[in-house]
Amino acid sequence: MKVKPDTGWRDLPCGGVIVEPGSAAEYPTGDWRTYRPTRDENKCTNCLLCWICCPDSSIMVEDGRIIGIDYKHCKGCGICAQVCPPKIKAIMMVEEERSSSSKGPM
Amino acid sequence: MGKVVALEGNQAAALAMRQINPDVVAAYPITPQTEVVQEFSQFVADGLVDTELIAVESEHSAMSACIGASASGARVMTATSANGMALMWEVLYIAASARLPIVMALVNRALPGNINIHCDHSDSMGARDSGWLQLFSENSQEVYDNLIQAVRIAEHLDVRLPVMVCYDGFIISHAVECLEVLEDDIVRNFIGELEPVNPLLDTDRFITYGPLDLYDFYFEHKRQQMEVYPTAKQVIVGIGKEFGSLAGREYGLYEGYLLDDAELAIVTLGSSAGTAKEAVDHLRSDGLPVGMLKLRCFRPFPNTEIAQVLSRPKAIAVLDRSVSFGGFGGPLFTEIRSAMFENETSPHLLNYIYGLGGRDIDVEDIEGVYKDLQRVVDTGNVERIINYVGLRG
Repeated sequence: MKVKPDTGWRDLPCGGVIVEPGSAAEYPTGDWRTYRPTRDENKCTNCLLCWICCPDSSIMVEDGRIIGIDYKHCKGCGICAQVCPPKIKAIMMVEEERSSSSKGPM
Repeated sequence: MGKVVALEGNQAAALAMRQINPDVVAAYPITPQTEVVQEFSQFVADGLVDTELIAVESEHSAMSACIGASASGARVMTATSANGMALMWEVLYIAASARLPIVMALVNRALPGNINIHCDHSDSMGARDSGWLQLFSENSQEVYDNLIQAVRIAEHLDVRLPVMVCYDGFIISHAVECLEVLEDDIVRNFIGELEPVNPLLDTDRFITYGPLDLYDFYFEHKRQQMEVYPTAKQVIVGIGKEFGSLAGREYGLYEGYLLDDAELAIVTLGSSAGTAKEAVDHLRSDGLPVGMLKLRCFRPFPNTEIAQVLSRPKAIAVLDRSVSFGGFGGPLFTEIRSAMFENETSPHLLNYIYGLGGRDIDVEDIEGVYKDLQRVVDTGNVERIINYVGLRG
């Protein structure tokens, strides 16, 4: 049974259980964010400390290199910016309103 | 059909549990329930059941363990009283919301202020909104019969809700009564095998129980749960009939005693129904048109059925063995009064609070209530709507 945001009470699984494993990925926790991590590719050394520490697995990595941030799920906790080595400082937290692409789909 | 044995109410409950042979029992002892767990532990130690008995450190853990075991697909039972159930409070709601068919013997005891271990219904009434089904028992026979039926009701695929079987502390739990018990295999055939729904131990299907459920789905889940209680009423009646054909004792949502032509009626729960029957017999022999309604099923509340069965009496007294502080009368009174609002007739409806903290109520007390009702009908005058029985002035 596929539960969608507009599923009515009659069609929900009994007892409030979730019967689709991994469905948390469909929950856009990114819209909770007030500060957005922005990463400077030129400064980043791909040490992957942010990837290890991100509680929402929102640092996207391919072949050992960071390819971007998953803004659909990133809640803007700022841990990535905090653990980015002080000499590098590749990740800055920017208020959503001031970020160039804060509106619209993530 | 069965054989007649003399047992205390708690022993009758433990015997039913032995015959049900649940997969898991997690319980913590508390007066007056202790004997249930003690007797059942002996059955476990003697190898008479296959049950995994979890001796927990509190009732909160008892109910939590029951929830885990039930979600994993096990048939689960427990027992408690008063403060013990109060300590289960938050998890009671979770058991019902997750639709887990746990069966619990609740040995009714006052939920104090000032230490009291004796009977009243404040414990079950506090849990009336938790989502559990609540069956009340008049005597040990009903404790035994209700527990066996409760397994079927709880596990019915159209219900899937936890059930508490309530019976009066000490008055039933510690009194020896004769009851008719069924053979072990008859009980086991009647309850059958548990058909687990969404068991956590099914490694081919991954299920999450109790996830975060915020404003976008929580309301729908509660509405969905509301829908099951009218169905539960039908299931309770159906299983009560089936049990009747098996044991010769049929059960419904309520039992009327000489109610059909009664003009004065008492509504009550639990052991005082037996006392009221005695009072009805006395007064009937004096020619008074009295009758009694014993509510077996408090949750779901049979509002339409009650309104119908109480449409004839001119005056009705609702007996409450608990109070709702700051409310208008006891919990049973307010619900009965609300149910009666749909009727075209409007009888005099009085509330009698009795028996708090184990205060005895006897046949004369109940006869006194009927005589009050007679006076109300004769004079048309209700002096007080909320009254107290057996209270020093």
